Amino acid sequence: MTTRRTNPKVDAVIVGFGWAGSLMAAELSRANMNVVAIDRGPWRDTFPDTPLTADPDELRWKTRRELLAPPHDTTLTMRNTLDQTAVPQRDFGISELGGGVGGQGFQWAGMAWRFNPWDFRVRSETIQRYGMARAEDGELQLQDWGITYAELEPDYDRWEQIAGVAGQAGNLRGKLTSRGNPFEGPRSREYPTPKLKTLRMMEIFNKATSEMGLHPFTIPCANVSQAYVNPLGVTMAPCTYCGFCSSYGCGNYSKASPQTCVFPALLNNNPNFRLITNACVTRVNKAADGKSVTGVTYIDQNGSEVLQPADIICLTAFQMENVRLMLLSGISKPYDPLTSEGVVGRNFSFQTVSGADLWFEEDHINPFIGAGGLGSQIDDYNSDNFDHSSLDFIGGAGILTLSRDGTPIANANKLPPGTPRWGSGFKRAYSNYYQNYGVLFNQGTSMPIKRGYLDLDPTYKDPFGLPLLRLTYDYARNDRAMATFTMNRAIQIGKRMGASQISAFNFAEKPFTTAIGASNHTIGGAVMGADPTSSAVNSHLQSWDCHNVFVVGASAFPNNGGYNPTGTVGALALRAARAICGNYARKPGALQKG
Amino acid sequence: MSRNKLLLQKGRFNMKRRDVLTLIGALVAAGPIGCKPACGEEMSGYPTGTDSNKRSPLKSIEHGGFRKALMDDEDVRTLKAVFDRLIPEDQFGPSASKVGCLDFLDAQLTGGYGEASTLYREGPEQPHEEQMLQKAQFIATPRERYRAGLQALRAYTLETDSASFADLPPSRQDEILAGMEQGTIKLGTALDARAFFELMLTNVREGYFADPYYGGNKDMAGWKMIGFPGARYDYRAYTDRTGQKLNLVPVSLVPKN
Repeated sequence: MTTRRTNPKVDAVIVGFGWAGSLMAAELSRANMNVVAIDRGPWRDTFPDTPLTADPDELRWKTRRELLAPPHDTTLTMRNTLDQTAVPQRDFGISELGGGVGGQGFQWAGMAWRFNPWDFRVRSETIQRYGMARAEDGELQLQDWGITYAELEPDYDRWEQIAGVAGQAGNLRGKLTSRGNPFEGPRSREYPTPKLKTLRMMEIFNKATSEMGLHPFTIPCANVSQAYVNPLGVTMAPCTYCGFCSSYGCGNYSKASPQTCVFPALLNNNPNFRLITNACVTRVNKAADGKSVTGVTYIDQNGSEVLQPADIICLTAFQMENVRLMLLSGISKPYDPLTSEGVVGRNFSFQTVSGADLWFEEDHINPFIGAGGLGSQIDDYNSDNFDHSSLDFIGGAGILTLSRDGTPIANANKLPPGTPRWGSGFKRAYSNYYQNYGVLFNQGTSMPIKRGYLDLDPTYKDPFGLPLLRLTYDYARNDRAMATFTMNRAIQIGKRMGASQISAFNFAEKPFTTAIGASNHTIGGAVMGADPTSSAVNSHLQSWDCHNVFVVGASAFPNNGGYNPTGTVGALALRAARAICGNYARKPGALQKG
Repeated sequence: MSRNKLLLQKGRFNMKRRDVLTLIGALVAAGPIGCKPACGEEMSGYPTGTDSNKRSPLKSIEHGGFRKALMDDEDVRTLKAVFDRLIPEDQFGPSASKVGCLDFLDAQLTGGYGEASTLYREGPEQPHEEQMLQKAQFIATPRERYRAGLQALRAYTLETDSASFADLPPSRQDEILAGMEQGTIKLGTALDARAFFELMLTNVREGYFADPYYGGNKDMAGWKMIGFPGARYDYRAYTDRTGQKLNLVPVSLVPKN
């Protein structure tokens, strides 16, 4: 830290310029606020980073993960239980932080879900339907979100309009259709672009699940199906099914990302908006009264410490980094896993994943034709869409199949059990099964546990000398039972699909680890709620303790749904921005009584 | 004698880490992924420039023998033999070395990957790291691991077979590789033979199936073997032809002359 300087004060500072940060910056700038966004990574855009001549490159983007922040710069430590010593995650794992502006949103797959209405009220609904004993089994720590799906619907709608999401409604203002997902919450209107094509693996899945009396539908995805102009005035082009999507940029401007959907409008139209890149925010500075903050401190690319004063601070970094900044800044009480008191670090949850690998004979799946978010799913075993009375768990999983990509390096691991992994036996098998592999992926709910939480590691530090985040977590008994149940459903579906070989998997049958990528959907740690003793932020994502701090992202989810989180992150960001522009700006102070 | 040649000769016998770093520093201009680019930090307005940035990937690879990371001839001979058992020449396609997997690996080890530039390598190293994470963990760089692994494999076959690995019959080579894969063969006490096998298998597959741009997969042989059409960017004409054999000719990122 050689020098220290202070930037001019602004109305709002945005910490982390991914989906949540860019959406909030756009909404606040539109309301004529003077906004500065700070991101620890470099500027990054479709051109020059991932044009058509650079994007279709599995080694660079998917194998070496060049769009992610390297663990060298930011990682975490983990342990399963309180009595263990946590160890550092040295290589890439489940924690996928974006390596530049746009964050994860630049290289995500594009599955653009709304959570099920049940996901927001798991505690209340469980007590009501199955009794208190099911909700409080001694391990789980269920709590409602403090809002309902209906309250968030307008924000989901605006997020989908900004991202151009391709899909087909299953529940339009309460009217069910069989062509979409009949289990989804009521939508106020259709998706902005029609659903994508049904590709080979989806065909096989749709036929089998329909015959079984289940309800397959095309996953809503932010890979747009036709030319589209979003409400910010940005144009997107139709998806070409190139299959270089999840872990990649998009050379086509077809996959929704902050770059494609928000940056051009935000940066072109708002002279009062500034973006500072390669600058790592290390602290939020509390005011003398302890009830508000004065700005943030960051370290710029020359290693200088800089103060950025602001009236409003929005923490919109990745889930993990939001929680770490709260802890580093002393905002709100850290969670104590022995007493369940305190709010920062509380209710970490993951995604409980099981499923089955499938192999067919003599088919032509043509897996290279696909889009990141494209696939078919059934929600018959997701959320509380099926009766759990005679079962010993709550929650479920979206059971999906993918028409995403046909990555030759990664798929070399997707061969039937017992197949040689090298030599001519490997070459023979791969020549055959590259065209005949499919997956059933059960993306399961994840319920928070009392002993699962985030705090600062006592030993390991990042390159700035700041403590790494420490994760203590293992799957709940409830979630293990759920994963086994849905795995067995996947095996049944795989048989019906006509697979010649099926190999089931269940990540929850072993202890949790951050090193093996069951999913990258980590959530919680600064959760929202109606009660300040069990949540860090209120239903507008406003800190209960420092009224000018808003903490926005998947860090706010008190539990995880059986879906990808990005749609809900986008909706919550727009909701927080709405609260700031509408009420907070006029009358700064607590927006909600605790 | 040129500086590089001098270093290469030296490397054959007793390469010091400092020399490797000097050579790498002299040859590689691009920094590791984790470093900060020197571009401007503050922006207002949308950038209008279309210049390529400094994070462009390494330049196209030169084939044929000149090694920047794998500089010990005996190591290269062992590695070639291993790679060609992992992916041998047969009716399904050419061998790993024929399609340039050694060129690929040498280039990878020369760059940020070889230096483990993305890994978190801070201590203390805990004895239970692998048990907790359920996966092998490394502080050593891939370049260091190859050096140590190939030396250990050499020592092992000299001990058991009184010959270099490369000079053993294919059936015996396969036996040793299978032993490494299954963890039944120990290559000294300090080296995880199983993890070293996995490193070699991972890298040879990368070389065989990555874009030819990176030095392997010559003539897109790996892609032709499985039927992957490569760096194509538009399948809209084929989305309705589900379940059909499409016979698409692969394309790569390497510009045609």
